[in-house]
Amino acid sequence: MRKHPIVQMLTIGLVASLIGIAIVLNINWFPKSADTAAHPIDTLYDVLLICSVPIFVLVMTVAIYSVVKFRARPGDMSDGAPIHGNTRLEIVWVSIPFVMVTALAVYGWVVLNNVEAKKPDERVINVVGQQFTWHFQYAKNGKGSPGPCGGTGPNQVTTNVLELKDNEPVHFQICSKDVIHSFWVPEFRLKEDAVPGKTTSIRLKPNRVGHYTVVCTELCGLGHSTMRSPVAVVSDQEFTAWLQRQTQPAPGAAPPASGGGGGGGGGGADLAQGKQLFTANGCGGCHTLADAGANGTVGPDLDKLASAASKFGKQLNESPVQYVTQSIEKPEAFTVPGFPKGVMPSTFGQQLTPQQIAALVKYLLSVGKG
Amino acid sequence: MAVAAKLRAPGWYRAVLGILIGFGFGFGLVVAVRALYGWEVINTDAITTVELITVPFGFLFGIGAFDYWFRWASGAPTIPEDHSGHGATSWRDYFRVNTDHKVIGLQYICTTFFFFVAGGLMAMLMRAELAAPGMQFVSPNTFNGLFSVHASLMIFLFIIPVFAGIANYVLPLMIGAPDMAFPRLNALSFWLLPIAGIMMLASFFAPGGSFATGWTAYAPLSTDTPLGQTFFSMAVQFAGASSVATALNFLVTIITMRAPGMTFWRMPLLAWANFTTSLLVVIATPFIAGSQFFLLLDRALHTNFFNVQAGGDILMYQHVFWFYSHPAVYIMMLPGFGIISEVISTHARKPVFGYRMMAFSLMAIVVLGFTVWAHHMFVSGMFPWLRVPMMMTTMLIAVPTGIKIFSWLATLWRGVIHLTTPMLFALGFITMFTLGGISGVMLAVIPFDIHVSDTYFVVAHIHYVLFGGSVFTIFAGIYHWFPKMTGKMYDESLGRLHFWLSFIFFNLTFGPMHLVGIDGMPRRVADYAQQYAAWNAIISVSAFIFGMTFFIFLYNIVTSWRHGPKAAANPWRAHTLEWQVSSPPPIFNFDEVPTVVGGPYEYGVPGAVHGVFKERVPAITAGGGGAPPPVNTE
Repeated sequence: MRKHPIVQMLTIGLVASLIGIAIVLNINWFPKSADTAAHPIDTLYDVLLICSVPIFVLVMTVAIYSVVKFRARPGDMSDGAPIHGNTRLEIVWVSIPFVMVTALAVYGWVVLNNVEAKKPDERVINVVGQQFTWHFQYAKNGKGSPGPCGGTGPNQVTTNVLELKDNEPVHFQICSKDVIHSFWVPEFRLKEDAVPGKTTSIRLKPNRVGHYTVVCTELCGLGHSTMRSPVAVVSDQEFTAWLQRQTQPAPGAAPPASGGGGGGGGGGADLAQGKQLFTANGCGGCHTLADAGANGTVGPDLDKLASAASKFGKQLNESPVQYVTQSIEKPEAFTVPGFPKGVMPSTFGQQLTPQQIAALVKYLLSVGKG
Repeated sequence: MAVAAKLRAPGWYRAVLGILIGFGFGFGLVVAVRALYGWEVINTDAITTVELITVPFGFLFGIGAFDYWFRWASGAPTIPEDHSGHGATSWRDYFRVNTDHKVIGLQYICTTFFFFVAGGLMAMLMRAELAAPGMQFVSPNTFNGLFSVHASLMIFLFIIPVFAGIANYVLPLMIGAPDMAFPRLNALSFWLLPIAGIMMLASFFAPGGSFATGWTAYAPLSTDTPLGQTFFSMAVQFAGASSVATALNFLVTIITMRAPGMTFWRMPLLAWANFTTSLLVVIATPFIAGSQFFLLLDRALHTNFFNVQAGGDILMYQHVFWFYSHPAVYIMMLPGFGIISEVISTHARKPVFGYRMMAFSLMAIVVLGFTVWAHHMFVSGMFPWLRVPMMMTTMLIAVPTGIKIFSWLATLWRGVIHLTTPMLFALGFITMFTLGGISGVMLAVIPFDIHVSDTYFVVAHIHYVLFGGSVFTIFAGIYHWFPKMTGKMYDESLGRLHFWLSFIFFNLTFGPMHLVGIDGMPRRVADYAQQYAAWNAIISVSAFIFGMTFFIFLYNIVTSWRHGPKAAANPWRAHTLEWQVSSPPPIFNFDEVPTVVGGPYEYGVPGAVHGVFKERVPAITAGGGGAPPPVNTE
């Protein structure tokens, strides 16, 4: 009348596994998918879950069943059955997991080759990481090469927004100017480190129009949690128009559309260029500046720059303009008390032209009046 | 006069003097060398780097860790061993160089639990900061420091050494040895440890704050950060040296000091576990020492191992680092496997199922453990061809690990299960470690790893493996051997309360991290997007309660140690040798050397014993080995 314990447990285990699989498959694990790699990876994860649940259920069932069934009654001083092993059983639980993991590894390999395959007509985009922002380098004319990652080239346009054409394969060439970063867009499922001295790569094909975020996932210093850049996947026409706009001269160099004609002499243009530089160089990752919508807290609050510059400038016998210029070009020369030394990247002096730095300084001192 | 004598004798007075001399020597050395080169003589970074070497050695010399060897090496007459440095009669004996493995074991356990609390408090601060998006309590620099020091303390100052502590106490007793093979080396190993821990904590006082590059200290971020980073590199050298010395000690002890009749196939599985762990430690630890020396040289002497402009190679750091740090995962797990085998067979009153396969699977993990390091580097930009073989080997480790899980379950089957606190923790371990193992296999599958690498999914995985895995085995071991170590019984109800609360809140803390990780929350961030706010609030609240459960343990241990009921020699009716002597054991462990006549877990076999103390040597032990192993007799 009493069922065999193994049969009992198999029944319990089977039912629990089915319920468990139903639950885990119904959890919405992933962010929405936005490229062709997402589907095979999400399916792979589902398969891993389907294989995992019965194993976990098996362990739980045997553990709980044993505890309930074989628990010592109070005062029971006896010993259990002197079973030392069972070769057949041991062969079973060596070979089944072996076959399972081998099969899963082969499946994983197939998916890997599938998502990393080279695709025809790829657009090459350079992804340049630096503390604490990303830059993207496109080829100006259609699908040529934007030149070496992080370098300069005649056929190159640099942006701080990653704009992708829907359904167009891209080949990201990834590199870093300082420390290791990692380029990840969760909706694309793919990730690769940006390593100084190397160019790494990711291939993918976006397939959902929308706005996403590049997340840096390799600890890169104080601004690591703020190292984010916008990604947009847009239609064919929008992309072409956008790239067209990028290839036009930078807003700072454009003739002032209106106003500023008087004594200012291009002052408005300087300010616009300064604001564009502030955003493009990721200053907002660490600094607060209301005018540019930045609210970083790693470095000094630039809304209060004017007063700080005159105060510390006085200490250093410098004018506010000299002080701010030095803070950008040689940040190690002076650190505002209360902030850690050596955090502000010292590479801006080389990356920006003197004209650009002058525009940036002018902009900062004009909006940071607090 | 009295002061002069105190300053000459090994102890704390001389230790303070040693620290001062070490400080003065380091300071003078740097100033003199810099003056000779015509550089600015006072340079904080240079002086601190050298002080981190000279001060600890001054301390070790002062406390007396080198006295015997120095006398011997200098040709002076060594002091005849009168065993005055052995054993403890008052609490003061725990605060000096002591050569008794039981004293050293307790020194290890108490020291490591101190750093466990320190690391735990840092986790609480991090969860407070992460309870809501935005920055509330700490600066980004402090936050990066907190998770870096938290991980480093938990790994190098808690999990690795607490296992060394438990084994230090239990292992010589278990194999019938009077002590470890090298008692003075054993003492030195212990005293290296607080140095490493204090160095890591002290980094918070360094200019620029503590090291803040994670416990992985990836170059080139770590070569270009403030002075605190040097504290990490140097602390790892001391912790690593301690670890290697202890491992050598275990190897020699296990190989040469087993009681008569104890063949390798009659050793308790804890001895097997520490034998295999020690192999891992001895082979792997020099690699992390090397990686940290590279960093130190780049930082202090401006070499260019990781300077790309000068031809350095950044990925080289990661390869060398993980060649230690993956085997380190097994260094932090295999001793726990040993504890679980002891606890389950004893409290389920059954022989360990498949004893030989349990030992072979440990060996298999040691070998495979050295072939998987680059699975930490699937997105690092290393050569792509290396990824698939590393995926295969990583997934294969699931096989020997599975053997262990299934064998423990089979040991429970038809046992007489006593749900004592150690048994509860062992059961909690089996279930939680299975989850950590499953997520580990998932992480090995490259395409999935590419998505979740460096996210909270990884944070969840390592805490399932290291807390649900290692720390649960540590609790199981502490409760199991508490009567032996202290001679007192702990409070069973408090123990059960501790288990259930920590089991529940462990899962509520780390379970949801899988979800936010796959959903896109990266690890090591002080701030995060609004979409993860709800889960993080739940995680933080659970983490606070989870943190509190530790105080139940602490209260139980402290009050039971002081006022608990006296423990019998063998409260669990276990067969292994440590339970055949009084609780706590006599100063030299065995007044009479036991002879081992059978397997360690012969529960339920009529008349079976593991060791005997009288001259009653059954015929099967003739020759000290060759007896048929007690397996597969069903």
